[in-house]
Amino acid sequence: MSALWIALIVLILAAVGFVVGRGRAMQSADGNIRNLHSLPVYYGSHVAMLTSVPALLLLALWLFAQPLAINRMIAPMITSVEAGDSGTLGLVLSDVRRVADGLDLAVSQGVMTDDAARDIRTEFTDVRERLSQVGVALGSDVSRETLAAAQRYRTLSTSGSFLMVVAVIGVALVGAVFALARTNRDFRARNVVEAGIKVVLIAAACIAILTTVGIVLSLIFNTVKFFGLYPASQFFFGLTWSPSFGGGSELGILPLLWGTFYISIIALAVAVPIGLFAAIYLSEYATPKVRAIAKPLLEVLAGIPTIVYGLFALLTVGPLLVNVFGEGGILGVTWMGGGTAVMTAGLVMGIMLIPFVSSLSDDIINAVPQSMRDGSLGLGATRSETVRQVVLPAALPGIVGAILLAASRAIGETMIVVLGAGAAARLSLNPFEAMTTVTAKIVSQLTGDADFSSPEALVAFSLGMTLFVITLGLNVFALWIVRKYREQYE
Amino acid sequence: MTDASADRSTDGHSRAKTSLLQLDERTKKRNAAEARFQAYGIAALAVGMFFLIALLTAIVSNGTRAFTQTFVMMDVTLDAQKLDPDGTGDAEVIAKTTTFGYGGIIDAALEQTLVARGITTEIAVGDLDQMLSSGAAAQIRRAVLDDTSLVGQTVTFEVLASSRVDGYLKGRVTRESLARDRNLSPEHLDVVDALQEAGLVERRFNWAFITGSDASESRPEQAGIGVSMIGSFFMMLVVLVLSLPIGVATSIYLEEFAPQNRFTDFIEVNISNLAAVPSIVFGILGLAIFIQVAHLPQSAPLVGGLVLTLMTLPTIIISTRASLKSVPPSIRDAALGVGASKMQSIFHHVLPLAMPGILTGTILGLAQALGETAPLLLIGMVGFIASNYPDGIAEGFLSPNSAMPAQIYEWAKRADPAYYERAWGGIIILLLFLMTMNIIAILLRRRFERRW
Repeated sequence: MSALWIALIVLILAAVGFVVGRGRAMQSADGNIRNLHSLPVYYGSHVAMLTSVPALLLLALWLFAQPLAINRMIAPMITSVEAGDSGTLGLVLSDVRRVADGLDLAVSQGVMTDDAARDIRTEFTDVRERLSQVGVALGSDVSRETLAAAQRYRTLSTSGSFLMVVAVIGVALVGAVFALARTNRDFRARNVVEAGIKVVLIAAACIAILTTVGIVLSLIFNTVKFFGLYPASQFFFGLTWSPSFGGGSELGILPLLWGTFYISIIALAVAVPIGLFAAIYLSEYATPKVRAIAKPLLEVLAGIPTIVYGLFALLTVGPLLVNVFGEGGILGVTWMGGGTAVMTAGLVMGIMLIPFVSSLSDDIINAVPQSMRDGSLGLGATRSETVRQVVLPAALPGIVGAILLAASRAIGETMIVVLGAGAAARLSLNPFEAMTTVTAKIVSQLTGDADFSSPEALVAFSLGMTLFVITLGLNVFALWIVRKYREQYE
Repeated sequence: MTDASADRSTDGHSRAKTSLLQLDERTKKRNAAEARFQAYGIAALAVGMFFLIALLTAIVSNGTRAFTQTFVMMDVTLDAQKLDPDGTGDAEVIAKTTTFGYGGIIDAALEQTLVARGITTEIAVGDLDQMLSSGAAAQIRRAVLDDTSLVGQTVTFEVLASSRVDGYLKGRVTRESLARDRNLSPEHLDVVDALQEAGLVERRFNWAFITGSDASESRPEQAGIGVSMIGSFFMMLVVLVLSLPIGVATSIYLEEFAPQNRFTDFIEVNISNLAAVPSIVFGILGLAIFIQVAHLPQSAPLVGGLVLTLMTLPTIIISTRASLKSVPPSIRDAALGVGASKMQSIFHHVLPLAMPGILTGTILGLAQALGETAPLLLIGMVGFIASNYPDGIAEGFLSPNSAMPAQIYEWAKRADPAYYERAWGGIIILLLFLMTMNIIAILLRRRFERRW
């Protein structure tokens, strides 16, 4: 019986429990709803809740734990692998599982009888061939040990599954009986059900924590694995980045960090002045009409997916820049060899960040109270003097925070640099050369069919860790600045 | 005192004469600075607008070409001698002729067409079919297998022209650029010109681009975005089904129930940090947890949907909390006053009133998720040719597929420039979806927004 069916049975039990519970409550109240503590629905829900929730939780737990427990039980049967060699053991165990699944399939398709599957021996039957009849391809011949383990695996999982059915449905029935026994006219069903709902709400809120924990764990776990294969000092201080899946790769992060920062700086150099001046103009000078049109238009730039910017960089801006700065270009210089360059990616990323800077700064400038402007204008300052000497200093912490957030966005941006910045990792000052970034290298190291145990693939997790720490640090710093230096106008 | 005032009136001529009507140097300078400052603002805004227009122009001018495709019309004689020598009419016998076997039929048809129209060329008969898509043979074979009575007849087929010919009609390919091309020679283009004059080569709207599947690297003329659209659709389904309830539940807890304590603070800090985590890190999470640990299938829309759910949750939580906050406390007080429990007051009164705001936020979150590419690269939604529609709903979630932005990325990386055009075209479709979603969100807000 599959887990889906068990869940369905539990749910049917819960539905029955709902009806019975509601009826029982009404009965105990002599059919008069006013004698009940809660609405009848709550009595029904209470029974349904106690029937289904513990049973389904048990089911989920069992499904998760059973393979682990069985693995632990059959591991001692594998004697050919030395104790402590967990990698090889894992491979053998997955072989065992595949053979066991194959035997299951063979039985269900009628190629083998159940008894045959339990009793076949490698000495007499070519198990590999028999299994390939039902479409299970095995990499190598099945050893005696593996087959024995697979057969043991089958018996264990059959009895485990049987136990699971009994246990889950038993728990559901116990819950139903218990809930029904509690049901009478004075029972506070609403309070119990609402407490249950609140638990669900808290569980949902915890998903945010779980996600963070998941990110941190998956990064740390693989980073530690990487540093076991590759020295950390060479990763952090190495000046060359030349991975080769054949071995002997040099995985220094510095060229990638340099590319990341160079591109981000160019992007900020484009986005900050434009975004800031646009925000100042929109909040201090523009008529309501201009503002109502220009602000949403500018924010359209923020709604465009980054893949579009990436394509724009690769196919429009890159060739354009080559036409200007490249060989035979308008300026007659030969600074640029190809379309993908730091300048291309930085420029386009700057465009992407304009609305980010402008709308954040706009909010902050608008938060500066009008009385400060009035005071300054009343003293005879012009509007630009008011902006420069009164409004901007008051808004400065917020604006710095906005710029830091934009920087964090630039550092974490992926698609624009993957398409626009090139793939060569180098330490150079020329903005017209192709360079690469941390994010672009994460993509290139983890796409393709790399196995996740080589340092060349694992390095991506360390790069991700570095990226995560940098962006998190920038965000925390930005929020801290905003909080610490915020002027309180009350 | 009177003396002092008298003094000043007599002393007046010793100071520089000022007049309100005449600007002095300093005022001029300040006014100039003022004008300059304002000009900077206008310039910044203008540059921003210019970038927007440049971006949209690039998209539209490059992308619209992907929606038309060149077709060649020709009369094909389905030679019974070749397809069904024994005259059985049996579909299985006819199916024995592979697509390769139809090459000769196409060559003959092309030659016939040229002769009939009096077009002469030096190209060998066997090379004429370079003008056509290599999928033409498969198209004719499929038509024959669908209707075996066609064997022995002469049927007019409309087949796709090769991407080079298509590019020639769109101005992307010229005779000079073909000089070193192995796939097509400039002489072919003369034939194409002649055929076009005869009305046999035509460029027209190509539905296959919107509904079709991706094609291999050498057949850009056949590639379409339809299958990856389905992949995106299933991903959005996962995102919607998971992120809406979880986001709303989280927001209700934080906004209405959570006590002021460290645990609540910790949740809040986590949510605001997750909103700022680069999207690629979510891709790493998906790869490590969903694929490495949980062994979910690679490239499956289910996994993509899960990753995007985690990514959009903070967005949805933030907007949901804002709309819960905007429901005035008097509503809650009134509900509590007539005996509702806190839970009832929220679920029966606050939540319905906040619903338009929540839906608007959810749609915007979905739009963000729809355009996201980076995490999908890591869970294997690229480098994979989305060539088949999923067979059913379960297949739709679990079998490998691509997604619209991932498909666009895939096309942008291919070497043939014909694919760039399709990438731009894909972007137009993607932006149309995003625009629709945003307009729906705006309309929802306009229609249901309440000022308390």
